Amino acid sequence: MSVERITHRLAPWLLPVLLLAIWQLAVSAGWLSTRILPAPSAVIEAGVTLVRSGEIWTHLAISGWRAGIGFAIGGGIGLALGFITGLSKWGERLLDSSVQMIRNVPHLALIPLVILWFGIDETAKIFLVALGTLFPIYLNTYHGIRNIDPALVEMSRSYGLSGFGLFRHVILPGAMPSILVGVRFALGFMWLTLIVAETISASSGIGYLAMNAREFLQTDVVVLAIVLYAVLGKLADLAARGLERVCLRWHPAYQAAKGGAQ
Amino acid sequence: MSNLQQPANLLRGIPLQVRKLKKTFGSREVLKDIDLHIPAGQFVAVVGRSGCGKSTLLRLLAGLDQPSSGQLLAGNGSLSDAREDTRLMFQEARLLPWKKIIDNVGLGLSGDWRGKALEALEAVGLAERANEWPAALSGGQKQRVALARALIHQPRLLLLDEPLGALDALTRIEMQQLIENLWKKHGFTVLLVTHDVSEAVAIADRVLLIEEGRIGLDLQVDLARPRARGSYRLAALETEVLNRVLSLPGNPPDPEPTSPLPTQLRWAN
Repeated sequence: MSVERITHRLAPWLLPVLLLAIWQLAVSAGWLSTRILPAPSAVIEAGVTLVRSGEIWTHLAISGWRAGIGFAIGGGIGLALGFITGLSKWGERLLDSSVQMIRNVPHLALIPLVILWFGIDETAKIFLVALGTLFPIYLNTYHGIRNIDPALVEMSRSYGLSGFGLFRHVILPGAMPSILVGVRFALGFMWLTLIVAETISASSGIGYLAMNAREFLQTDVVVLAIVLYAVLGKLADLAARGLERVCLRWHPAYQAAKGGAQ
Repeated sequence: MSNLQQPANLLRGIPLQVRKLKKTFGSREVLKDIDLHIPAGQFVAVVGRSGCGKSTLLRLLAGLDQPSSGQLLAGNGSLSDAREDTRLMFQEARLLPWKKIIDNVGLGLSGDWRGKALEALEAVGLAERANEWPAALSGGQKQRVALARALIHQPRLLLLDEPLGALDALTRIEMQQLIENLWKKHGFTVLLVTHDVSEAVAIADRVLLIEEGRIGLDLQVDLARPRARGSYRLAALETEVLNRVLSLPGNPPDPEPTSPLPTQLRWAN
């Protein structure tokens, strides 16, 4: 039984480990030039060196900071705009079509303009991340509020809820599943935007690490940077899932089997 | 139960007076000249074909819609001043899925209401489920929670909009008895809208039949409680109401008026 369980646990890792082994073998045997792809062991070595020198932490910190600030600004604005358009007819009339028009501009296409506006320092990157995260959160907040069952709102009003009480007890929790979908989309856009922004112009951060390494043909560091981005993306996704598990405990889809219908 | 029980004597039902009530939706007159007096504490059932306006009457009484003309009075004052004393139970339970059952019962209350909420849940027999999510309840249990949510406000007028319509036969009878017992205990005025004539005569003091926006029949049910289900006299009363309902032509010129729900408008074009 327990052996079977361990096999079940390990089975999904079998293919990745096999691929890594083949990759390692291919490089060691000289079938694959290290200029194209370094051996996995070389990537790990590069990682260890960077950790030892402490360099990796400064880059991680600065990238994380850019991502976090940009996400907070963009997400905050998106949430606020979503609330305004979702809650008020006039807000919707005034704002929604404008926001939808801007949304259709690919934000990465603005990079030349953003560089002209803000130069190549932090502001430009944070601006781009904020722009990238704003729209998914806006759209899903708006959509979430619009899709709240009007019967529940009517019931709550007849039980004396109005204004902020109605918002806190009915509208916000009702829109929460949709808002959290927006958050997960936004987190994806956050890293994507940051990668592009840091690759184009930066003097620190993971993107800088990769571009700098490219100039010196250090493919191991380039691959390491890619792996770091992947890990950060995964961590952000885990955080979003955790948030969903906490905020949507009531949702049948998130209930543990024992807590469900009996 | 002490909190719910204690003010029962003080809490008399609201006497209800409806004068020349009219309600039109666009060009369609749903209610035409309804005149009605309901003494405090009476249990009234309102029956009628679907679309006859019985639910509209209830929504007007609950303040969810405004009458086109006419007056709604509670005793000497306007019914809209007694909003706090009026509670409506909907056809669906309408529990907030993101609130635990006890929090659904305490919706809209402030201060220390948890004890009262537990008592209200106890009164409907669901105290032990207080900390579960509504998704874990069956349809009948959800309606019982909705009843507890209405009762915790100690209403003097309880409006029931076919709350038992979606329940299976046995659960319905259970719920009818529960509502009847709570009504006897608290003495509030009850208006129960239902399409089930046998339910109406079994539970109510008085059965109102609404047809084409008017009160077509006003029948007192002078039978002692508890009433034996399936008794001859209940059956006779039921037949009387049903005969009246069916005596009108089945297809009025305006076929099955439907309320303009947004979804229907979307499909209409």
